[in-house]
Amino acid sequence: MTTLAETTKRYARPDARALVALLLVLAVVAAPFWAGRAELRLFSEFLSFLALAVLWNLLAGYAGLLSVGQQAFVGLGGYALFVLCAHAGLSPYLAIPLAIVAAGALAAVFAPLLFRLDGAYFAVGTWVAAETVLLVFAMIPALGGGAGMSLPAASVKAIAAGKELRESIIFWLVTGLSLATLLGAYGLLRSRAGLALMAVRDNRLAAASLGIDIWRTRFVTYVIVAAMSGGLGAVIFLQKLRISPSAAFSLNDWTVMVIFAVVIGGIGRLEGAVIGAILYFLLREMMADLGAIYLIVLGSLAILVMLFSRKGLWGLVETRFGWSLMPTERKP
Amino acid sequence: MASLLDPILQGLLLGGLYTMFAIGLSLIFGVMRLVNIAHGDFIVLAAYMAHAVLVATGWHPLATLLIVVPVMAGLGYALQRVVLARTLGDDILPPLLVTFGVAVIIQNGLLSAFTSNALRLPSRELETASLALGSLNIGVLPLLTLAVAVALIFGLETLFARTAIGRAFRATSDDPETATAIGVKTPHLFALATALCFATIAIAGVFLAMRSNFDPFAGPARLLFGFEAVIIGGLGSFWGTLAGGLILGVAQSLGAQISPQFQVLAGHIVFFLILAIRPRGLFPKTA
Amino acid sequence: MPDPLLSIDRLSSGYGDFQALFDISFDLQQGHVMGLIGANGAGKTTLFKAIMGLLPRSKGTVHFQGKPIGGAPANTLARLGLAMVPEGRRLFRSLSVEENLRLAADHGRKGHWDLGKLYRLFPILEEKRHQPALSLSGGQQQMVAIGRALVANPHLILFDEISLGLAPVVINDVYAAMPDIVGSGISAILVEQDIDRVRKTADMLVCLREGRKALQGPTAAIGKHDITVAYFGE
Ligand SMILES: Nc1ncnc2c1ncn2[C@@H]1O[C@H](COP(=O)(O)OP(=O)(O)O)[C@@H](O)[C@H]1O
Ligand SMILES: [Mg+2]
Repeated sequence: MTTLAETTKRYARPDARALVALLLVLAVVAAPFWAGRAELRLFSEFLSFLALAVLWNLLAGYAGLLSVGQQAFVGLGGYALFVLCAHAGLSPYLAIPLAIVAAGALAAVFAPLLFRLDGAYFAVGTWVAAETVLLVFAMIPALGGGAGMSLPAASVKAIAAGKELRESIIFWLVTGLSLATLLGAYGLLRSRAGLALMAVRDNRLAAASLGIDIWRTRFVTYVIVAAMSGGLGAVIFLQKLRISPSAAFSLNDWTVMVIFAVVIGGIGRLEGAVIGAILYFLLREMMADLGAIYLIVLGSLAILVMLFSRKGLWGLVETRFGWSLMPTERKP
Repeated sequence: MASLLDPILQGLLLGGLYTMFAIGLSLIFGVMRLVNIAHGDFIVLAAYMAHAVLVATGWHPLATLLIVVPVMAGLGYALQRVVLARTLGDDILPPLLVTFGVAVIIQNGLLSAFTSNALRLPSRELETASLALGSLNIGVLPLLTLAVAVALIFGLETLFARTAIGRAFRATSDDPETATAIGVKTPHLFALATALCFATIAIAGVFLAMRSNFDPFAGPARLLFGFEAVIIGGLGSFWGTLAGGLILGVAQSLGAQISPQFQVLAGHIVFFLILAIRPRGLFPKTA
Repeated sequence: MPDPLLSIDRLSSGYGDFQALFDISFDLQQGHVMGLIGANGAGKTTLFKAIMGLLPRSKGTVHFQGKPIGGAPANTLARLGLAMVPEGRRLFRSLSVEENLRLAADHGRKGHWDLGKLYRLFPILEEKRHQPALSLSGGQQQMVAIGRALVANPHLILFDEISLGLAPVVINDVYAAMPDIVGSGISAILVEQDIDRVRKTADMLVCLREGRKALQGPTAAIGKHDITVAYFGE
């Protein structure tokens, strides 16, 4: 007889994991042919949320950069896409990579300033940065100011002429970029660069003595995470076809909920982000009409986890069953 | 040039309010290296509390301080003892996250209890009274705000520099382990610092509510203004915090001259400018 | 015999998963001075921190004046009359000399020692009492650290390497205060690298090696050779 844990361990072998990943990708590619519109929406929303969660986890759980200003880059990516399409007449296909570059560039400008703030003050500093970007976009009349703007019909048509095909393509763009982010993060954490990151997080002094340039490691992580967040912002708002400063730079949607999900699931481990994202979507679907109450529940859950089980739900599962599907968590 | 005099003066007065937002942040960061993300939300909570007292008693808004200050101080003491004490340590994530959670709970709790309608504390004649100074007009309420802010700064500075409890605060901030070893009850001391911080939060809440409208989501902006004042002034000095608050007020007031939308943005820009040219703030603690 | 002032029984402690002390036991009588010796990293500072309640004790018991003090936080022990002169002095940098002393006096017990008596013991401190503590010379800072323990009027002071980094003349100045301190009825445990000095001051010796007790006995009964063996093993 094999126990559940042994079975899981066997399935968790790298080749088995690659197979699972491949099946997942195939399912996603085929989804528009068998799933309805609402399911596609929900699924792409889930995957992009999961990607943001993994990115924040990378930033905070591994690089020790506690940002609460990731909405700056999601929003900038979204706006970059709309500006480039509406005002430079670029095709969305070209605008997406440029949005990624723009978000990375913005991060590269902010990082040298924000890195001068220590720890918790860095967090509040990233928030100020995001508010600053929001205010700037809300001030530009050509972008509709506070009311925002829609993607011009010509740009929408440039994706594909037919509505069905267009929606499928947008779905593939969102899920594709999200999956690429997930796989990229997984690959990064298992690479030499990932080891350097964990070394920095676990022991700054020791990392420095190993010749790791801490500032550079954190800078590169911050910029890459921002760039990917920008890309996700671009495709998320491409799917919505409308953008406004309050939606694009929403602290709640792109940062608070993401942080709560990561923390409840288990910070510093990829599985934690997955569990947290699933739990978040379940709660959201169940309690959406409760509005404020539902946010209070999430906030309380996050506090309880921080006070009583810092490794989150996945940490609990792991101590109890000894599971590890994706062996990338940092050693304490 | 003369046309700038008035916005600068108004900015200084506004800076009094921002100093009030900042004092508590500066205080608990100084004593226990804690940043309370819910700081602004507690200011708004105090404003709602003052409103409730006013509705129930019909007192003058300033008289509500008699109730709001002790209640908030008690709340701060309990919050530190029961919740925040468990989060202090080398890892800065737990305090940050827990106070983030508290912020979300306060905002949405207030929303459920009071709806999103904006409220205000009507301060009767105080609201409109003003003094003429040559061609300039100085509102009595903003002037009072600034005076109270300066008095708070002076009081805290004196408390820290000259009293036994102030010595204990400074020692614990320097080296909590050694302070404990010579008999300082650090958990109690941290809770006292938080209580003191919350007393300033209560005062800030009442003055905010007398001067402008507030709603359940007005907290984060107050946190950011207070934070900017602390960083501009430099960590570890109360007079620096006052200077930071005044500079922020003037920056915003001058920004508003360009266009109303520019007010808050101008403050953010000055904040980043200071980070660029004087990363430790204008008046950092020299040690 | 009366209850020992401090009685330690099979005490173990460490840092997280790393165990630094194994089953340490000894008794210290009221009015006695004990020398605690051992090579660098043997666990002397760790033992002090474990006694003082600054480190969790994973095993064993500590009795102070006959009462168990397991699990009590350091500030409670300080009020019971336990004081430490920590390794590296650890003066409060934002406090002046006098503020460092006054803070300790405020939180300590009443008794023989006050600021006036301390200034008579170390006159230089009175002269510099308004200066920032860290602006003093190493020897003077050490006097402040010792003074901080004294003005709390404890029953027992744990001295951790008070001669560390000081010039020999200065060390003599600091140690010149010892007879007054012990004479006022305070017991002491002394960690010190200079064995000869320990032998002159202490009534009994305990030697640690790699976290374990390697030797214990009255100073008079222990020879140089025993100490060498206890330090480095056979
Ligand atoms: N803060 C710490 N964390 C982990 N290990 C420590 C720490 N302090 C000391 N140690 C280890 O504990 C052991 C005993 O150290 P210590 O008590 O300082 O020795 P001593 O004071 O005798 O020189 C050593 O192996 C040391 O490396
Ligand atoms: Mg030592």
